[in-house]
Amino acid sequence: MHIAEGYLPPVHAAAWGVASAPFVVHGVRALTREVRSNPESTLLLGAAGAFTFVLSALKLPSVTGSCSHPTGTGLGAILFRPPIMAVLGTITLLFQALLLAHGGLTTLGANVFSMAIVGPWAGYGAYVLLRRFGAPLMVAVFFGAFVADLSTYCVTSVQLALAFPDPGSGIPGALAKFGGIFAVTQIPLAVSEGLLTVLVMRLLTQSSKGDLIRLGVLAGRTSERREEATAR
Amino acid sequence: MSRNAKINTLLLLVVAALAVLPLALGLGDHKEEPFTGADAEAETAITELRPDYEPWFSPLYEPPSGEIESALFALQAALGAGVLAYYFGLRRGRRQGAARAGADGADATTGTADGKGGSGGGSAGEPGA
Repeated sequence: MHIAEGYLPPVHAAAWGVASAPFVVHGVRALTREVRSNPESTLLLGAAGAFTFVLSALKLPSVTGSCSHPTGTGLGAILFRPPIMAVLGTITLLFQALLLAHGGLTTLGANVFSMAIVGPWAGYGAYVLLRRFGAPLMVAVFFGAFVADLSTYCVTSVQLALAFPDPGSGIPGALAKFGGIFAVTQIPLAVSEGLLTVLVMRLLTQSSKGDLIRLGVLAGRTSERREEATAR
Repeated sequence: MSRNAKINTLLLLVVAALAVLPLALGLGDHKEEPFTGADAEAETAITELRPDYEPWFSPLYEPPSGEIESALFALQAALGAGVLAYYFGLRRGRRQGAARAGADGADATTGTADGKGGSGGGSAGEPGA
């Protein structure tokens, strides 16, 4: 669930827009480079974007008695790295802001920052860290998606707390309030997103082994991977 | 059912259970309006914190009713699910084509139609298939 249209003061809205823009521009360049150098990955890119589309359309009930939706950004961040996810996440947010009155154009910068930038980076970080410590692929994928989902809504809570501090207890008080609304609601949904991401990754390991090896998710042909790493 | 399919089904069942449990346990009963969106709750919280705050911009287009809105959300999910299904279907088909071409190659026979399918599979760059 994103910050609704008009619900961030203009200064905050503009500041988050300025903060997000370089990430999205960098992401567009990374995306064009990826498509140009590996045209065969276009299909998988589409699938990663489609995953975000499905998951962020699913409003699910949660333990707090309210509803929210997953983000689906963890999968793409693990497969294609976070910059590319900044673009795919922005497209999803734009679709929802323009057609569904969900989120908004004035709050797009803030929502992009939480869902398309911090979420993918935090999830990717968790994934890489777990892999480095020798965690099995699917465990790392689960926590990557879980962290991407949950961190998105923690950032949303912080954004609202900064814009609307509690008159008595200030920003921490407001953070507790918005955190209770967004972050706590999101915990079971983040578990669901983790499980669904594991499911899709399991299907991918069967259907697209070649792509996963090229992207460095599965081991194999290490020399090629290194070449690609230097090319980036 | 293979072990693989069992694990996949189990994953889906757990996700379904996680979605149904809050409803089944009546976790929204303490609220006046159970299971509203978290974003609507945040709007309420903002009005509590800053009663004078007025949203300074409204959506350019707003679905005229809940039905239209749910239709558009369904469209979004359908688009995503459609592309995902296309992806996995295409992959499966290419793998099968490559496997068949491999079998033909082993026979060292003519099989032109299958050979065509195999070249398509080969260009997909799936050495593992």
